[in-house]
Amino acid sequence: MRHIISILLENEPGALSRVVGLFAQRGYNIETLTVAPTEDETLSRLTMTTDGDERKIEQITKHLNRLIEVVKLVDLSEGAHIERELMLIKVRAVGAQRAEIKRTADIFRGQVVDVSASVYTIQLTGTSDKLEAFIEAIGESCVLETVRTGVSGIARGEKVLSL
Amino acid sequence: MELISGGDMLVRALHESGVEYIYGYPGGSLLHVYDAVYRQSAVKHVLVRHEQAAAHMADGYARATGKAGVVMVTSGPGATNTITGIATAFTDSIPMVIITGQVMSHLIGDDAFQETDMLGVSRPIVKHSFSVTRPEDIPDIVAKAFYIANTGRPGPVVIDIPKDMTMPNERYEYVYPKKVKLRSYTPPQRGHSGQIKKAVELLLAAKRPVIYAGGGVIIDGSSDKLRALVDRLDFPCTNTLMGLGSYPGTGERSLGMLGMHGTYEANVAMHNADVILAVGARFDDRVTNATSKFCPDAKIIHIDIDPSSISKTITADVPIVGPVGAVLDEMTALLDEANEVPDAEAIASWWKQINEWRQRHGGRYEKNESQLMKPQEVIEAMWDATKGDAYVTSDVGQHQMFAAQYYKFDKPNRWINSGGLGTMGFGFPAAMGIKMNFPDEMVVCVTGEGSIQMNIQELSTCLQYGIPVKILCLNNGSLGMVRQWQDMNYEGRHSHSYMESLPDFVKLVEAYGHVGIRVKGRDELPQALEDTFGKYNDRLVFLDVAVDETEHVYPMQVPMGTMRDMWLSKTERT
Repeated sequence: MRHIISILLENEPGALSRVVGLFAQRGYNIETLTVAPTEDETLSRLTMTTDGDERKIEQITKHLNRLIEVVKLVDLSEGAHIERELMLIKVRAVGAQRAEIKRTADIFRGQVVDVSASVYTIQLTGTSDKLEAFIEAIGESCVLETVRTGVSGIARGEKVLSL
Repeated sequence: MELISGGDMLVRALHESGVEYIYGYPGGSLLHVYDAVYRQSAVKHVLVRHEQAAAHMADGYARATGKAGVVMVTSGPGATNTITGIATAFTDSIPMVIITGQVMSHLIGDDAFQETDMLGVSRPIVKHSFSVTRPEDIPDIVAKAFYIANTGRPGPVVIDIPKDMTMPNERYEYVYPKKVKLRSYTPPQRGHSGQIKKAVELLLAAKRPVIYAGGGVIIDGSSDKLRALVDRLDFPCTNTLMGLGSYPGTGERSLGMLGMHGTYEANVAMHNADVILAVGARFDDRVTNATSKFCPDAKIIHIDIDPSSISKTITADVPIVGPVGAVLDEMTALLDEANEVPDAEAIASWWKQINEWRQRHGGRYEKNESQLMKPQEVIEAMWDATKGDAYVTSDVGQHQMFAAQYYKFDKPNRWINSGGLGTMGFGFPAAMGIKMNFPDEMVVCVTGEGSIQMNIQELSTCLQYGIPVKILCLNNGSLGMVRQWQDMNYEGRHSHSYMESLPDFVKLVEAYGHVGIRVKGRDELPQALEDTFGKYNDRLVFLDVAVDETEHVYPMQVPMGTMRDMWLSKTERT
């Protein structure tokens, strides 16, 4: 099962490499990874998605917690949460296709953020599933390039991941 | 306010962290620091002949004293040469602080002379690491490094110091922190009371219990508590390779070592147990054999300070995260309060069964009729000569297993070996680190002619500092354990497991200024041992003892089997 692990990490050089290294070293898989500073400049927030059965996820979280620079950790998939991913996608858009692609983008609440004679660049936000559904809807053949941020997530309601 | 340089800060902070010895080797990036070492006398420096040996010396020191060992080496090759030593300490959870020089900050990333990304290279084998970016941070970083290395599940910590952080003419205020606190690191102080209660209930209800104790007991300094618990419950106790000595090897409730080369009774008792109390042990693959077939009837209570060790390979029914000592205290208190005691009848019949199992193999081996000794008898003779009271280090292979099986350790911290990583070349420098700190104790390195050559250059260090360790080389002219596996699994094709062109060890050690004694046969051994611990007591003695190359280590678990599937000799299987 896919899990979203969210981490508050000391904002120090080398901290990220320890997290990533741990996954390589112990044979765990990282599907997506995003990291950026938080409102507290001494902390980074790191979100990763990974796959595995309960036992494996338990080991992953235990090993992550063992890293000195990991301050706090939560497996968001254990509770109600919001997840978002942002995608910039460049598609071939010529002739009649142009209107069709624009319409599809509207349906998915995407925005065309750059236009050229034969290419649209569309920005789309949502769950990973939604982004994949969009690619399917417009047809893979017209996709020139995609770039995705990876999943960011936050728990619903009162629950807060902070110091 | 006194201002001092980064180099002086480092040495002063080491002293303030309780460091007595630094094991190291100087070089370009550390010259300012070595100058600071020269200008003081509080911290002593030991110059090794190879940086790997510095790490093993610090490791041996740490295992015998329980305090973090300190290594200091220059950048590049100096740093990378310590890697095997750091990995050895990491695998066995040994506290160590490794200070590595680094090229000037402005050169980092330029592939400068003797530049290596030490933090990157060491990352998977350290508990933590620091890079110094401001000289005034040095005391704080040193204090943190020792705190991290020594607490929780101990381990090695690297401090990488670029040369410009130690400039003699750049001076700063020295402030050593009164207390170290890290918001992201809080090692557990005690176990979960509810879980401990459950564990005690299980123990009281057990009919076929086994206490399985590992290196965590020794690291936590809790052997006395373990002994008290084993004895009051009258339960059998088996030790892992790392846990030997935590319960006395000659004690009547000791089943000896368990696992791949464990005793018949320890492995069979584990297999038939209904309750297993694992204390500071981690269900290593050399203990469990096939995990899917491991101890089918047992409820497992697992005490470990590291949550990631629990349910990693074997699922614990009652997991207890906490320091061994604190958890055992709480268990003992609950047992005191409880109105129940274990079922005496069931325990008595369990002991009856175990005593029958003890007869099955009983550590037997056949002596040769000729003078050529079996390695086991040499270890037994050494036990007699040292009255079982020596610090014994070992390298890796058959000699290590024979020492573990036949030298019965009654005290903790006496058996010093690379259990997890299995590092050849570990034993001799480790013995040196111990001997320097316990000059009045007998320190013996049990080794083989293969392993000893992996750090033999340290004979020179021993002469320089007068370190009279004893080296017992079980010389079978062969990489014994490799050869054994080749005998068992490769139809006796001894691919690269034999050592032609061995040196004359006696001449070699004499060239280094020490005493060498060759023992060709059984009749020569008593006198050689007497001289080693008698007239040559204050000299380094290298005993080069010829032993039978055809001998195998038994019992030996059959791969992929249960705990009780063992070879008991070349021809007998359970």
